[in-house]
Amino acid sequence: MLLLALDTATPAVTVALHDGTAVIASSSQVDARRHGELLLPAVDRVLAEAGVKLDAVTAIAVGVGPGPYTGLRVGLMTADTFGLALGVPVHGLCTLDALAYAADIGSGPFVVATDARRKEVYWATYADSRTRLTEPAVDRPADIAGKVAGLPAVGAGALLYPDTFPAVHEPEHVSAAALASLAAERLAAGEELPAPRPLYLRRPDAQVPRNYKVVTPK
Amino acid sequence: MADEPLVLGIETSCDETGVGIVRGTTLLADAVASSVDEHARFGGVVPEVASRAHLEAMVPTIERALKDAGVSARDLDGIAVTAGPGLAGALLVGVSAAKAYAYALGKPLYGVNHLASHICVDQLEHGPLPEPTMALLVSGGHSSLLLSSDITSDVRPLGATIDDAAGEAFDKIARVLNLGFPGGPVIDRYAKEGDPEAIAFPRGLTGPRDPAYDFSFSGLKTAVARWIEAKRAAGEEVPVRDVSASFQEAVVDVLTRKAVRACRDEGVDHLMIGGGVAANSRLRALAQERCEAAGIRLRVPRPKLCTDNGAMVAALGAEMVARNRAASSWDLSADSSLPVTDPHVPGNHDHVHEVSKENLYS
Ligand SMILES: [Zn+2]
Repeated sequence: MLLLALDTATPAVTVALHDGTAVIASSSQVDARRHGELLLPAVDRVLAEAGVKLDAVTAIAVGVGPGPYTGLRVGLMTADTFGLALGVPVHGLCTLDALAYAADIGSGPFVVATDARRKEVYWATYADSRTRLTEPAVDRPADIAGKVAGLPAVGAGALLYPDTFPAVHEPEHVSAAALASLAAERLAAGEELPAPRPLYLRRPDAQVPRNYKVVTPK
Repeated sequence: MADEPLVLGIETSCDETGVGIVRGTTLLADAVASSVDEHARFGGVVPEVASRAHLEAMVPTIERALKDAGVSARDLDGIAVTAGPGLAGALLVGVSAAKAYAYALGKPLYGVNHLASHICVDQLEHGPLPEPTMALLVSGGHSSLLLSSDITSDVRPLGATIDDAAGEAFDKIARVLNLGFPGGPVIDRYAKEGDPEAIAFPRGLTGPRDPAYDFSFSGLKTAVARWIEAKRAAGEEVPVRDVSASFQEAVVDVLTRKAVRACRDEGVDHLMIGGGVAANSRLRALAQERCEAAGIRLRVPRPKLCTDNGAMVAALGAEMVARNRAASSWDLSADSSLPVTDPHVPGNHDHVHEVSKENLYS
């Protein structure tokens, strides 16, 4: 097996290659503004580092968020299209699950939180690094303080709100290496992974901007 | 001809997910998935709704285009994609797909300009573009007069709208008349039964001191809305057919007058009209009439090729391949304000490309 994993649901643009036993190459960059530019060159670098071509890949795993939409879609669209071109399966994994899998916390329970902007976090609670207890949700930190009280936390979203998340552990950002390892483990156990569809958790802002569609430079 | 470049083009600059396949100047497939119905209740295109729809529609639309064309992805000579201008988040979905597809297939990638594509698409209908060609591009997003001596390298803007795009004016007047969205087709339909001279609406920027090739539709839009409101305030019925016909006449009169003048001034004997508003029946008829009178040959593609589609992107991509233009690099970005003077985004930048000021992450 050769699994290509990628995640662009958070400020991290992260890619990894897993051979069924271990991660053999990976790349992570944190840059919230350039997911579209950074992802393909990162894939190219990771493949070169491992000395393989993309057509050797037998499956793809992609983080489905939750995450801010524009960045999130870069990874999902890339994974979808790789799958089409290569004729290989594309699996979706919750980005929070990959963060939990890499959590540097002895034993649970704990909470994972990423930045959802607009003074909110994407979050879920875990019994241990492999077992999610709640559905991913988006909320204001103060509104969930009661639900996460006393739980250690992981993720950049937790770091932003120390009042709600006083004890924050590593890692800050998700890595495709963790995503790949989690996917490989679940696939080896015969689990069926979800389809690679985005977890937006919010409805689109249904507002037509002023001068919508005006694209001709003045 | 089998040795002409076989190119797949992807278009996602607004609300249409378009995937087209051409061989040289021959159209093989033109698959389009539109999210227009999802935007109708908002009276305009909602960017996030469009972007979500692009992601869902992309793979099925590529598959449909390949099936329609009866070609294998392995046989493609290149992948072209709209790099801009357009809605940033929507463009990025198409650019991501095109990059992944080109990379996975080992094909060159061509990030191309949406406006140049609107011009180049006419090659699929009427054969190679005359050089130079004058182009009038009119849609919900653009109203421009462009002069091109080589569609892959030289597109010169002569004029553009200083406020609303022509298609936007149609949408807004349709909204005032409660005719729904998009406004173009429905106003065209009502106008056929109305009198274009019933109401004298203003012709924007047509005074002797006004810029010869620029357009303005904002004043017209306001004048029409005021006229309708005055009727309503007086308790009178609004003559929808006459208002539609008179408003439409004001728009197409200015468009065609300025386009023909630009051809005359520049000594160009071909005019092409593209963009969604080129589907308007009165624009086509009046342009034909005025071009004939001026000895200009008019080229207007069939309506389906005038609206946003992937075939136009493929057509320009094929021209890039045929003329040995440099491919784009893997860090190609979506550029919501890509200048019309850049027909494509080559990999070895010989100019410093300004990083988008917008945060594409949010
Ligand atoms: Zn267009």
